[in-house]
Amino acid sequence: MEPFLLQRSAGGGPPLSPSMAGAGAGQSFLSISVTDPVKLGSGVQAYISYRVSTKTNMQEYRGPEKIVIRRFSDFVWLHERLAERNKGIVIPPLPEKSAVEKFRFSAEFIEVRRRALDVFMNRIATHPQLHMSEDLKNFLQADEEAMERARSAEGSVFKKKPSDFMQMFKDVQMKVSDAVLGKDKPVEETDPEYEKLKHYVVDLEDHLAEAQRQSMKLVKRQRELGQVLSDFGKSVKLLGNCEGGSLGKAFADLGGCADQLSFKLQNKGLDLLLIFEEPLKEYVRTVQAIKVVMADRAQAYRQHRELTESSKLKELNLEKLKLLRPDKAGEVEAEVTEIKAQSDEAKLRYEEIVRLMEKEMVQFQEAKTRDLGLVLHDFACAQAQLASDTADAWRTLLPYLDNPHLGESTVPESG
Amino acid sequence: MMGSDEEEDDERRLYTSTDMMDSLTLDSKPHPFLPTNSDYRNAMSGGANFFFSSALQESHPLAAKLADADQFGFQESSAQSSGSLQEDLLLEPPSYADAIFSRDLSHSMTAVFSQTDSFSNVLTITVTDPQKIPESGASLAAGVASSYVTYLINTHTNIASYQGSDFSVRRRFRDVVTLADRLAQSFRGFFVPPRPDKNTMESQVMQKDEFIENRRAALEKYFSRLAAHPVLRRSDELRLFLQAEGKLPLAPTIDMASRMLDGAANLPRQLFGEGSTILAPHEAAQPTKGGRDLVRLFKELKQSVTNDWGSTRPAIIEEDRVFLKKKEKLQDLEHHLSDASQQAEVLVKAQQEVGEVMGELGLAFIKVAKFEMEAGFTPVHAADAKCVATGAVKASRFYRECTAQCVQHLDTLHEYLALMQGLHTAFADRSNALLTVQTLMSDVATNNMRIEKLEAASNKFFGGNSTHNRKVSELKEAVKVTEEARDLAQKEYNCIKEHNRAELERFEEERLRDFTNMLQGFAHTQVGYAEKICNVWTEVAKDAMSYSGRFAEAVSSVL
Repeated sequence: MEPFLLQRSAGGGPPLSPSMAGAGAGQSFLSISVTDPVKLGSGVQAYISYRVSTKTNMQEYRGPEKIVIRRFSDFVWLHERLAERNKGIVIPPLPEKSAVEKFRFSAEFIEVRRRALDVFMNRIATHPQLHMSEDLKNFLQADEEAMERARSAEGSVFKKKPSDFMQMFKDVQMKVSDAVLGKDKPVEETDPEYEKLKHYVVDLEDHLAEAQRQSMKLVKRQRELGQVLSDFGKSVKLLGNCEGGSLGKAFADLGGCADQLSFKLQNKGLDLLLIFEEPLKEYVRTVQAIKVVMADRAQAYRQHRELTESSKLKELNLEKLKLLRPDKAGEVEAEVTEIKAQSDEAKLRYEEIVRLMEKEMVQFQEAKTRDLGLVLHDFACAQAQLASDTADAWRTLLPYLDNPHLGESTVPESG
Repeated sequence: MMGSDEEEDDERRLYTSTDMMDSLTLDSKPHPFLPTNSDYRNAMSGGANFFFSSALQESHPLAAKLADADQFGFQESSAQSSGSLQEDLLLEPPSYADAIFSRDLSHSMTAVFSQTDSFSNVLTITVTDPQKIPESGASLAAGVASSYVTYLINTHTNIASYQGSDFSVRRRFRDVVTLADRLAQSFRGFFVPPRPDKNTMESQVMQKDEFIENRRAALEKYFSRLAAHPVLRRSDELRLFLQAEGKLPLAPTIDMASRMLDGAANLPRQLFGEGSTILAPHEAAQPTKGGRDLVRLFKELKQSVTNDWGSTRPAIIEEDRVFLKKKEKLQDLEHHLSDASQQAEVLVKAQQEVGEVMGELGLAFIKVAKFEMEAGFTPVHAADAKCVATGAVKASRFYRECTAQCVQHLDTLHEYLALMQGLHTAFADRSNALLTVQTLMSDVATNNMRIEKLEAASNKFFGGNSTHNRKVSELKEAVKVTEEARDLAQKEYNCIKEHNRAELERFEEERLRDFTNMLQGFAHTQVGYAEKICNVWTEVAKDAMSYSGRFAEAVSSVL
């Protein structure tokens, strides 16, 4: 069990087999890993840096291998750039900001985040369109100073603080939910299939979130059981010392057993978190990313419709003007041409989003079946292993306890 | 392992209909296996109820578990239990592991709550049907209960001294207190199980159903312990309590206050030499705990102070050193037993919580599966989710069954902790008896000294002094009586010592046996259920991701 899992988890990427890297891009190969978190700075300024290693055969890249050091806000930059320039594509989600936990920087938190970032990079690397992004190339190759410049040099949109980003995100979520709930904006798509899809996505998020919540509780409680077993073992050992004799040994054995099992359970706790709870969380975030695309689509649709309307209006006015005031017609004609161009652009943008989204949804569903299938399978294996370990541990007691002479007192009975 | 072919058919039909999903569906109504009330204490008392009422039943282990699965703390779902059991697709046929469990459970049952003695005489007592009886001439004064509760005490026995084999009487808690007090008096030196607490609370609280039910359960446990005691089960006091119709024909022991008053009434006469200060020997040998004789109380108090200061050490105390060491060891044991008992509770609760959340996880994935099935985008994923959900629900059930059984096994720790209270009383009886002996001995010594003094003084007078002579003969009379009393007290003390010794031996034996059974049962339960849970998840792992041969390989190589 362990070797099998570790092979996938040690920076090897998300639950996709490595051979799928660059699957949609013919022969090109792009493999990224995020490793070696290091705490830098101190106090409130402290942050974690990660090593991002790239291996590729793509011509656009400066060399077959490159290693750079990046921090979380660099990943945020990359995410925003990709989101801005790839409307219609579901951008892989980043792990949570968690302003509070950041300050505690526990080893577990760091490992969870590192893994999530690794998954993030690999999803981008294996996406047929995203892996060709210029921003990605810069992210993977630029030296630290260039990266810092890029991060802070962008327009106000990108100077946003993490909290702002979160707020924007939330606003988008609310907009989509509003739309679904019927607090309609005046201009909405009327495609019934798409309507169904919107409802599906909103509900899916709820269901996955619930499953993730329960998985979190389970991990927590199994760990707690491990802790409690340790205390139980100790008190039972003490009782055994007090009793002495064969019974005392039986108690001592039981205590030792509980102790060992406790150790095992607590070790497995982190594994379970990483293979079960975190992937579910990631999928919840992915569904949220789909909602972002839906919001973008809605916006694109509105723009398209508005521009179409206003273009038509302007054309009508132009016709009128041609009849009444032919001298003014020239100016207005230029305007009309422009608006018409914009309207066409908006239409194309909208249609592109629709086209991309369709492909993305198909991809998403396939990936979900594959990934979650693996997650569920691994979960089952982990639980089976846990139970097996438990049985093995307690079983060691049986030979001694089942001895029929154990319960007999050694004191000769008084007649 | 999942022998039922139904399961496989279900899976095949899954892709074409949602019927199978519905049969597992739980929607908004609480699943019988997943109660919303997670109070593990209910599990413990519920478990105990199952125990006592079916103490000697031979029932198939699985049937018993299923029928009573809802009793293990899931009180509110009992209405749904019968229906759901029929539709239960998760039921497995009994396995070898189950056979082991039934053997172990019945083993520990007869051991701990052994209601048959070595001659196979049965004495089974249950407490049922609490009823509120309004108090006649109810006072409207605040705090006075206008009614009290009676319980039906049912006995089933084949012991000869009881006339009949099945009978019931109605008793109230006050009667139980009387019984306990009388037993304490008559059986000094024995490990008498402590009765349930009096719980003097506001009358309103005492009327509440929950309180009454707790008390009923506690009473049942108390009587089981009495019935399990080889000597107490044959006592007249118990027999009268269990059998005599109408008012309890046991004279209640008078409470301390009245006794003090009685004692005080006698005091002036004793102090001024009037009336007889001479108690009949048998009265003198009885404990002053009753407080009837204040003078004696003060004397014994003085004696114990003398003892404590260690001025004169009568020969009797020598031997006590051995006893004192044993007592110390038992105190040590009690301390560790208490710790272990607490940790056991915590452990059981943690296990219960894992089982609960596992069930809820299963529920969440059932919803996912249903949702995805209906949407139709990812039927394979829906199947995977359902597979895991089913596994989680099954595992959840096993966790809870395991916990319920562990509760019963580990309950032995709590039981012995309670029984050790009886030890304290028995040892106190011994100390008190010793004190009585010592007091009487020093009484004798004091009086003899007085006699010497008086005789020496009267020798100065020619022909003697009539007052002195009278005094001397009175004193000689008193000494004779006190010596008799002292001898009786000595006998009583030796008797109690012997009871202590015998009880201690029985305690050691039974503890050894019961704890061994407990450990055995606990270990077997843990192993058995861990195996079952492992099997569940192994099956799930095989079914999920079944399209990828690579993973199926990995599973089999690991497990």
